[in-house]
This record gives sequence, structure tokens and C-alpha cells, in this order.
Amino acid sequence: MSLFTVAGMRMLADVAISLRQVTKRYGDITAVDRLDLDVPEGICLGLLGPNGAGKSTTMRLLTAQSLADEGEISVLGLPLPQESKRARALMGVVPQLDNLDEELTARENLEVFAHLYRVPRAGRRAAVDRALAIAQLTDRAGTRTVKLSGGMRRRLLIARGLVHEPRLVLLDEPTVGLDPQVRQELWSLVARLRDEGVTTLMSTHYIEEAERLADDCALMSHGTVVARGTPARLVKEYAGASVQEHYVPAERLAEIERLAAASGIPTRRTGPSVSVLKAEQLGEGLRAELGEPSVRRPANLEDVFVVLTGENVE
Amino acid sequence: MSSLLEWAPVRAVWRREVALYRRYWASTSFAAVSEPTIYLLAFGYGFGSVVGELYGYDYKEFVATGVVATAVLFIGAFGGMFNTFIRRTFQHTYDAMLAAPVDVHELVTAEASWLAAKAGVYGCAPVLVGMAFGLDPSWGMLLVPFIGFLTGLAFALFGVWVSAIVPSINTFDYVITGLLTPMFMVAGTFFPVTQLPAWAATAAWFNPLFHCVELVRGAVFGRLGIDDLVHVGVLVLFAAVMWGLAVWKMRARLID
Repeated sequence: MSLFTVAGMRMLADVAISLRQVTKRYGDITAVDRLDLDVPEGICLGLLGPNGAGKSTTMRLLTAQSLADEGEISVLGLPLPQESKRARALMGVVPQLDNLDEELTARENLEVFAHLYRVPRAGRRAAVDRALAIAQLTDRAGTRTVKLSGGMRRRLLIARGLVHEPRLVLLDEPTVGLDPQVRQELWSLVARLRDEGVTTLMSTHYIEEAERLADDCALMSHGTVVARGTPARLVKEYAGASVQEHYVPAERLAEIERLAAASGIPTRRTGPSVSVLKAEQLGEGLRAELGEPSVRRPANLEDVFVVLTGENVE
Repeated sequence: MSSLLEWAPVRAVWRREVALYRRYWASTSFAAVSEPTIYLLAFGYGFGSVVGELYGYDYKEFVATGVVATAVLFIGAFGGMFNTFIRRTFQHTYDAMLAAPVDVHELVTAEASWLAAKAGVYGCAPVLVGMAFGLDPSWGMLLVPFIGFLTGLAFALFGVWVSAIVPSINTFDYVITGLLTPMFMVAGTFFPVTQLPAWAATAAWFNPLFHCVELVRGAVFGRLGIDDLVHVGVLVLFAAVMWGLAVWKMRARLID
């Protein structure tokens, strides 16, 4: 490869991930539907959406473990699937499902992936030590994985995807099913990646995770991105500044929804109550008709999530 | 996408196998040595006392060489079937590997060649046990690991292919009882195929294991000739066809 193409690729690679009108079908189901998504280098993009929105399929498309039916995909300037092997060498992938080798020690798990990711022999030992430190498992290096706790295993899984110091990391639901304490730990790990300038694509259905970690969020529903922006901008645009919650009998819930809808104000059910979004935009008349709310609170990303992806999950 | 076969990913997959092997080498080695010992005791002494000699060979020697083929078959085919199925469906190991710069044909080649190497090494165990029972050492014995490797490779690839086409792990019962058991009985392992009716003797020629047995006996008893290249050819062809099928079906299962 000449220096000229290296320079050219670097320019192209300012966009770390690019999907153009990508469609992926499984039989009658369209998992990803004319998806457009760009991830600039150096940011953490939160891919939000309910189960079945197409987040995991999008992740698999990026490693060419799924092949798109239509559209164009490139990763770090490399077109997929033709150049997928080179792209995979530059990427770290942390799967949703724990697929560590239970019989192997923490160190051995990392060593295997240092080989798979072709870390040169001279730097292999250091790379594995570094990954152990990231996972905070330096003193458990010789412990078989089956004996590690859930949180330790998840840290090891993340460190395994970082053993070759990738420029781009795909995190698929990194904290699903973990204790709040463990999630905190993992969040600081992900935040550190971003500080180091590693591009991160993180799928999640935990709103708080996206709010805390993502520079930018893409909200997916039915295989495509329905909203994109910083968490703050999305909240402002789709849920306004404040929300008022009404805890009232069932008939009244429906009535409040109807009244708000007539004035173009979004609402969503919050368990036994109904939340009226963009409450600061309510007119005097409507405000009076709705009555005094039980709770006033700031709008949040969860409001946006539910409003845009629907109340009912298939 | 994937045309070349790179050495680095194959070696990396082997690296994992070596790490796992450190955990189970003792049990595998125990089985590899005790199984032919049992066969030799049971068939060699039990059956051998009735049979005595077969084509000028002591029956124990006949069995010791035949059991090389069964050892190789079981290591290759069972490893290919069970390990591959479990790693693909239950452990999701292959999903993790294919997210790294490894392609399906490299993964299949690595898994099968590792099993082949094990078959080559453990295929020697019956010969060593046979020597303990009085089999005379010969230079030709040094070829046994290579014959074991080639046969083991073919059957490992067969196993990988089968693992990718079965709907569930229970389906292996049909393959084992319906295909592998008759295969290892009618390969000249415990009795010569020439004793069989003509049609069965002909059928044996289509049994890859028969060619393995012929090569092992030829090597151990020092009567290999140029004609025996036919057996090598059959095994190479079998391995090549199975490689194609295994890669094709594994790709269909792993890349959607």
C-alpha cells in the first residue's frame, strides 16, 4: 500500500461507520429496513431501541456475520463485505451473549484473542497484561473463567474485545442483566474508551446507560433510525422540558390522552398514570381541563424512547 | 470476502485448542491407551484363541492394527460432530471467533486439522499397546501417524459437515448407529473383508476406513507397494469432498 492511499483512507475514515439504505431480511421478517447510519470517528454512539428493533442485526452486519440484502456498508473506510476481514482486524466486538471459554483461565481467554487478532508476538504479553488490568483481573489471571463472578466475566468479555487496542468497538448490550453496582463499573470502563478517542457503537435498551455514556443517540424502531441527536436534543425535541404525571382512574387516563392529542401534545402511559410531555407548552385552557397533576418532573430520554418506538413491544 | 486460506487464523484457533487440551489431556490419553488394551484382551485372547492365525498374522496383531482405524475414526468423527456442534450452538464460540479476522473456511480447516493431529498421535496408541502384547516393531510403523492424520482429517471434516446439517444433537444417534458403526465393522478391523459376501467386500471399497486399515497393515507389516497409493488417493479425495461440504454448510449456519 502506498503512502497516498494511506492518506486517502485516513480521510475517508473520518466516518468510522457508514450504512446507506441497508436492508436485511430473514424470510418474511425485515430486521433492518433501508437503514442510514453514520458514526463519526471518536464518538460514543448509543443505539437505542426495543427488542427486535434491529440493533443486534446492525451489529452483525458490521462484522459481516450477516450479509445485507441491499445497501452499502463501510467500516473505517473499508467496504463490506469485500474488505470485512481487514475491518474486523481493526474492530473490537463485545457480544451480548457471554461466550468466554469457561474451562480456560482469564489470561488464556485473552491470549487466544490476542492470537486471533494477530497481536505481534513481541507485544502479546504486554497486550494481555494490559487487558487484564482493564478487566481489573490482574490478580485473578490464573482463575478459570467458570469460577469468576458475573461482573468479572463481563469485564473480561469487554477486555477481550480490547486486547488488540482497536480503533472501533462494538458493544452489544454491555450491561444487560447485571447488578447496578456492576453496571457502574462497566460504565466507567466504557467512558474511559471514549476519553481515549476510541469510536464506540453501543447498543442498549437501558435509557440511563445511553444518557450517561453516549455523545449521540440513534433511536431504532422497526429496523430503521427514527431519531438521531444528542440525548439532550432528543429530549428537548420530542418530550420538551417538563412532564406532568396524572394518577387518575382508567376512564380519565384515556380522556387526558384524547385531550392532549387534540392539541398535539404527546402523552405516554407510565404504569397506572399518564404522562403529559412538553407540559411547559400547555395552553391555559388545556392545563385547566387536565387538572392538577400528581407529579411534575423533568422530561427524560425514556419519554422520547416510548413516544417514538411505541407503547407496546412486539 | 474469503478466498485465501491464511495461516495466522488457523494457528490462532489451534492456540485455543492447545489451551483446552492442557485441561483434558490426561483423560483423553487414558482412553486412548485403555481402549485398544481392552480390545486386545477381549478379541485378541478371547476370540484369538478360537481364530489363532489369520493370513499368517497372529490374531492379536491383526486386531492391534485394525483398532488404529477405529481410534482414528472416533477421534475425528466424534470430535468433528460433538465439539463443533456444541461450540457453535451452545457455547457460541464460533460467533466470537468470526467477529475477529477469521473466516469460516479457516475455522473449519483449523478445527479439523487439530482433530487430525490428535488422531495421528493417538492412532499410534493401539500399535504401542500391540507391541506390549508382542507385535514386532518395524520401520513402517513410523507411517502410522501420517495415515492417522489423513484419515482423521477426512472424518473430522465429515463430522463438521454432519454437525452443520443436523437439526439437533440427538440426530447424531442416527449417524453413529446407522453409518459409523457398520463402517467400522466392515473395514477389515476385526475380520478381513475377503471373508464377507462379494457385495459386502465391494461395498468396503467405498468405506474410507477400509483404506485406512489397508494402509496401516501395509505399513506395520512392511508390505506397502505402489498399489497402495490408491488407498491414499481415496482418502485424499474423501477429505477434499468433505472439506467442501463442511465449509459450505458451516458458512450457511454461521453467516446469515
